[in-house]
Amino acid sequence: MSASQLVPAAARLFLSGNEAVARAVWEAGVRVAAAYPGTPSTEILEVLANYPDLYTEWSVNEKVSLEVALGASMVGARAFCAMKHVGLNVASDALMTMTVTGVEGGLVIAVADDVGMSSSQNEQDSRFWGRFAHLPVFEPADSQEAYAMTLAAFELSERHDTPVILRLTTRICHVKGVVSTGERSEVEQGGFTKDARRWVMVPGHAKPRVPLMFEREAAIRAEAETSPFNVSVDGTDRRVGFVTSGPAYMHVREAFPDAPVFKLGLAYPAPLEAVRRFAASVEALLVVEETEPLLENELKAAGIACHGKDVLPRWGELAPEVLLPGLARLRGEPVAEPEHLEPQQVFPRPPTLCSACPHLGVYYTLSQLRNIVISGDIGCYTLGAGHPWNALDSCISMGASMGVALGMDKGRGEADKNKKVLAVIGDSTFMHMGMQGLLDITWNRGNVTILLLDNRTVGMTGGQENPGSGRDIHGDEAPRIDFAKLCEALGVKKERIRVVDPYQLPVLFKALREETKIEEPSVIITDRPCVLIDRYEPTLPYLVKEDACTGCGNCIDVGCPAIHVTRRDKEVKASGKEVDLAFVRIDTSACTGCGLCVQPCAPEAIVHVKPLRPVQPLKFLRT
Amino acid sequence: MAKVTNILVCGIGGQGVMTATEILAEAALSLGFDVKKTEVAGMSQRGGVVTSHLRFGEQVLSPQIRTGEADLLVGFEAAEALRWGHMLRPGGVALVNAGRIVPPIVNIGLFDYPEDPVAQMRALGIELYAFDATTLAQQRGNIRLGNTVMLGAMADRLPFPAEVLLEAVLARFRSRKPALVEVNREAFELGRAAVAGNATLP
Repeated sequence: MSASQLVPAAARLFLSGNEAVARAVWEAGVRVAAAYPGTPSTEILEVLANYPDLYTEWSVNEKVSLEVALGASMVGARAFCAMKHVGLNVASDALMTMTVTGVEGGLVIAVADDVGMSSSQNEQDSRFWGRFAHLPVFEPADSQEAYAMTLAAFELSERHDTPVILRLTTRICHVKGVVSTGERSEVEQGGFTKDARRWVMVPGHAKPRVPLMFEREAAIRAEAETSPFNVSVDGTDRRVGFVTSGPAYMHVREAFPDAPVFKLGLAYPAPLEAVRRFAASVEALLVVEETEPLLENELKAAGIACHGKDVLPRWGELAPEVLLPGLARLRGEPVAEPEHLEPQQVFPRPPTLCSACPHLGVYYTLSQLRNIVISGDIGCYTLGAGHPWNALDSCISMGASMGVALGMDKGRGEADKNKKVLAVIGDSTFMHMGMQGLLDITWNRGNVTILLLDNRTVGMTGGQENPGSGRDIHGDEAPRIDFAKLCEALGVKKERIRVVDPYQLPVLFKALREETKIEEPSVIITDRPCVLIDRYEPTLPYLVKEDACTGCGNCIDVGCPAIHVTRRDKEVKASGKEVDLAFVRIDTSACTGCGLCVQPCAPEAIVHVKPLRPVQPLKFLRT
Repeated sequence: MAKVTNILVCGIGGQGVMTATEILAEAALSLGFDVKKTEVAGMSQRGGVVTSHLRFGEQVLSPQIRTGEADLLVGFEAAEALRWGHMLRPGGVALVNAGRIVPPIVNIGLFDYPEDPVAQMRALGIELYAFDATTLAQQRGNIRLGNTVMLGAMADRLPFPAEVLLEAVLARFRSRKPALVEVNREAFELGRAAVAGNATLP
């Protein structure tokens, strides 16, 4: 995006929630914004990076990004950071003490919950952090509210000396709606005030501040009772009134247009008295919240009778399709389904690695190895757990491949004693949270071989820069980490660190076989860029000589989506054994000439007019 | 409440489903409608399923189209159109690119691609217009024009004049790639004609 494509100050813009938040952050006069990419929050910083007059960065992880924001706040700047839900787990250590110190410049933390798990390893309700850390939580219901609440959050932050959580969900971040924007206001900035009792959190300093935190919470709760973001929407059908927040509000209005609704925008601390008055005006109260029964339990504890998770699920989006049967259950009525066709059975289409992805070579090779356990990590390479490779045995959290591999090594019993333990991790994940795990492996003399897949980008979230890419958030040149040196500094012997081209299957295979045999930590670094970034250089596509293809199907095992079966057949071998044949073609519009499929091709039927890179056939892998 | 128009666009990551829906949204916005657009994409850049929901009208609340309430289903790929056929309301219309994208999971032999997704949808009683947008785009010299061909196919099925959508398509290219304005105009008309011709078939 160029500066000319920046969102202007105008009415009726069509913005996603992420774009709206970014615009409001800029308008609020924020000076520092930091984030680690994570779906569905990534675009907030991507968009912000294009605005003038503020510092933006991709941080190495969410905890660092939050600390950067806090540091900026300490010196009086308005500051912002964004993350996905699991990112706040990482950042929570800083969060739980920031709530005690408070802020100088306004500080807003946008946390995006992946309700429905479109692109995450779990589903979490980040509203818990508001209760846990005693911080106010805003919950917008659409892009316009995301914009308005971001602006309000900075104001609230400074007025009450508190970090503020802006809780988004996928259905806010990635939904576009009509938004009106304004202009940037420059906020006057004081300097840093040296005050150890305020910023140096040792027991003696923290103790007097903890009661202040609770006083602050009570003051914000009183404010929430009359906040313009907490409103009652009248309705004619008073049999059931709804209390709701976030995108669920839109779903409730859609499904029950005649029902009274109490909508929470400044959702924590909850305005219990306002809800109590609303409850008295309806026959029954149903709390609709994504995802856990936080408010429901709070209302019940306050003596406000309500329904909630007794009729609604505790996970996933509460779309009208879920709400309508929920209300029917509450009323004991039959569920009325809209008339529609039966869904048809169609093959699944799971996400998969791209054509020519450098990870294809890694997973093809791993799929050929036996007697190994592969602890995996979070990124595109998690897809290696899928077909046809089935070459990833665990995936838990950012950087977990390291500790999990070490634990497997140390904890293994007789049944696993001959297995080789491998860990697979990407460049960005390694720097996010993997480095400490590797240090633990070397220090504790673990017998683990690490595959560090350096594709020079944060691939899964769309190709952001990282300290290994040699560029900053703006694409400008930046210091580039040397992974081999880093691993050596973390205690891996120099001779146990290899840098390998993942398109050279025999080399990769040999490196893996040798390193897994040696009983000490070793690292194999692959060094080819992601095919979706500008550093990747496609070459001429390959094609299959139809008359030469014997239907062996070896190339299909590579898993490249550019290879297509044109016909299937069966052949009876001399031994009497029947084998399946699959004849193939290559989609030349998708092939970029990486040459991976050429190597296992038995009859050497995959060619291009003029080989650009010498390709070594992978004969020794065949049986 | 005034009628909201529901358009479901489906396909595969990388096909331009989201961009096409964005252009449709811009057309609706230019007429003063309230508009919401939402995607279920997940890790769609990696060849997964993509659906984009577009809703517009006087006021739009939930961005999601409910099962059985889509007025128009636009399938950028034949099997994907079949996958989402049940989203159509009774009497809704499907516009389908008959071109196929076969995923690795089928190529490695774990699943079968439906024999004829278009025929299967017609057998369900869906009013369907199928054409090969991929080939039409290739004939115009660039597979990426498939997106504009698909938009052209939708043009006469919207509650506003086709010219509004055409203008939204061209406006986008005028500001970003002026050299491609004319070829996109042609691709748009190709898509429009493909469906118009198709409509006369029994």
